[in-house]
Amino acid sequence: MTQVTVKRLWKEFGSQVVLENVNLHIDDHEFVTIVGASGCGKTTFLRMLLGVETPSRGEFLIDGRSLQSEPGPDRGIVFQRYSLFPHLTVIQNLLLGLELRGAPLLGRLFGAPRRRALERAKMLLEAVGLQSSADKYPRQLSGGMQQRLSIAQSVICEPKILLLDEPFGALDPGLTADMHELILKLWNMNKMTVFMVTHDLRESFELGTRLLVFDKVRVDPQAPDAYGATITFNIPLKGHRTATAAA
Amino acid sequence: MRRLINQQPGRAGALLLSALPFILVVAAYLVCSNARLAENPGDKLLPAPATIAATIQQFAFEEDERTGTYLLWNDTRASLERLLWALAVSALIGVALGVAIGVVPYLRVTVAPFVAAVSLIPPLAILPILFIVVGLGEAAKITLIIIGVAPIIVRDLAMRTAELPREQIIKAQTLGSSTWQLVLRVVLPQMWPRLVDALRLTLGSAWLFLIAAEAIASTEGLGYRIFLVRRYLAMDVILPYVAWITLLAFTMDWLLRLLRAKAFGWAEAGA
Repeated sequence: MTQVTVKRLWKEFGSQVVLENVNLHIDDHEFVTIVGASGCGKTTFLRMLLGVETPSRGEFLIDGRSLQSEPGPDRGIVFQRYSLFPHLTVIQNLLLGLELRGAPLLGRLFGAPRRRALERAKMLLEAVGLQSSADKYPRQLSGGMQQRLSIAQSVICEPKILLLDEPFGALDPGLTADMHELILKLWNMNKMTVFMVTHDLRESFELGTRLLVFDKVRVDPQAPDAYGATITFNIPLKGHRTATAAA
Repeated sequence: MRRLINQQPGRAGALLLSALPFILVVAAYLVCSNARLAENPGDKLLPAPATIAATIQQFAFEEDERTGTYLLWNDTRASLERLLWALAVSALIGVALGVAIGVVPYLRVTVAPFVAAVSLIPPLAILPILFIVVGLGEAAKITLIIIGVAPIIVRDLAMRTAELPREQIIKAQTLGSSTWQLVLRVVLPQMWPRLVDALRLTLGSAWLFLIAAEAIASTEGLGYRIFLVRRYLAMDVILPYVAWITLLAFTMDWLLRLLRAKAFGWAEAGA
């Protein structure tokens, strides 16, 4: 069970108010899609949830407990790009999460634990369709393959919450259908709560069980930074939960 | 006629063209040397190839009467020993301090300005201090090279570490990485090829400091020999020694480049 609650959240950078008075309650295993105009704070919202920005006022609660103010293994992240480790092969990129958790001192597993981890990494690799590229380096992969690996890399640690920051924004439009299928499959497999920032309104309706729209309620033309954005629409959607489970 | 920027030499042509400057220099030397020797057979400034060959034979393949050693090899060993020790220590300092500065903000704030200041001290200006403090032995010469080279490597690696995409560092944390694990599994492996690059770039100054230190206080070494025989205008020794030093420097650079290509295939250009 993972419930995310946001209470009276404000975020200011100097005199610029980015987010104002954001209140939210998200149930376990929701797929939350976040849309809004550029610069309306949706990425800032995600970064605060990730723990790399701190709220100016208000707080995030995960299962009633205050959010740690640094990134941790309970919240996975997939960025638009650059989140793979270029010096590790595909399979090593996947293994890394398991190795870090299993070997605090060396960050490497040996012997039987390594074989078990490898087994699991290979299963996941198959699930994302990259088994034939296991020994390639990230730079040898196409953009779509890199994103699939990045998603798998985050999922292998079984985070309670998965954050996606425009994960398909840099991909060919033709690839997104595949990626949608993949992310829904993993979401259902691992029963996590997903927050996904996107520019693509259609994508947000297709994938989400809940759609959040960030926008400014008040605008002062003389001082455009004086008021921040907040959640203007919070729309429950039918989502793919049942559809994919049946498929 | 295609534009100049679009004209490419063929393979054989490229080889020939790159050899051309070398050939020209050698040819110019031979012509000048001949002219001078024709005028004055005792001229020492541009010795004939035969004289140089005889000197090489004497220095490289005949035991020196006074010391009982082969001078060229003995000098080479002494110089390389100093150079390699200094480079090894510099690399160690560079990686340890550079990565630490790049990763830990508290260290960056504390140490980075100090390293920046130290790297601006002209190493040769404090050579007298080194001689006074650590004496005229090997330690002074090695320390001089380290003082000249290590701060540059530290700053370079600190910059490269800080240049790692923020996304990678955050991602590693979401995979449960501690600071130590992050350094071990994410930062260090990506810094090894950078270290090789930094070493290649500092190799030139390392040689400079080595020869300077040897010229001032030494009893063996390539730099020592050159400055010793300068008194006798012994160009027949100096020229082959300079060529030999150049060859050694080139070989070290080439080996480092080879190491980078072989050991760090993931880092090849064109990512």
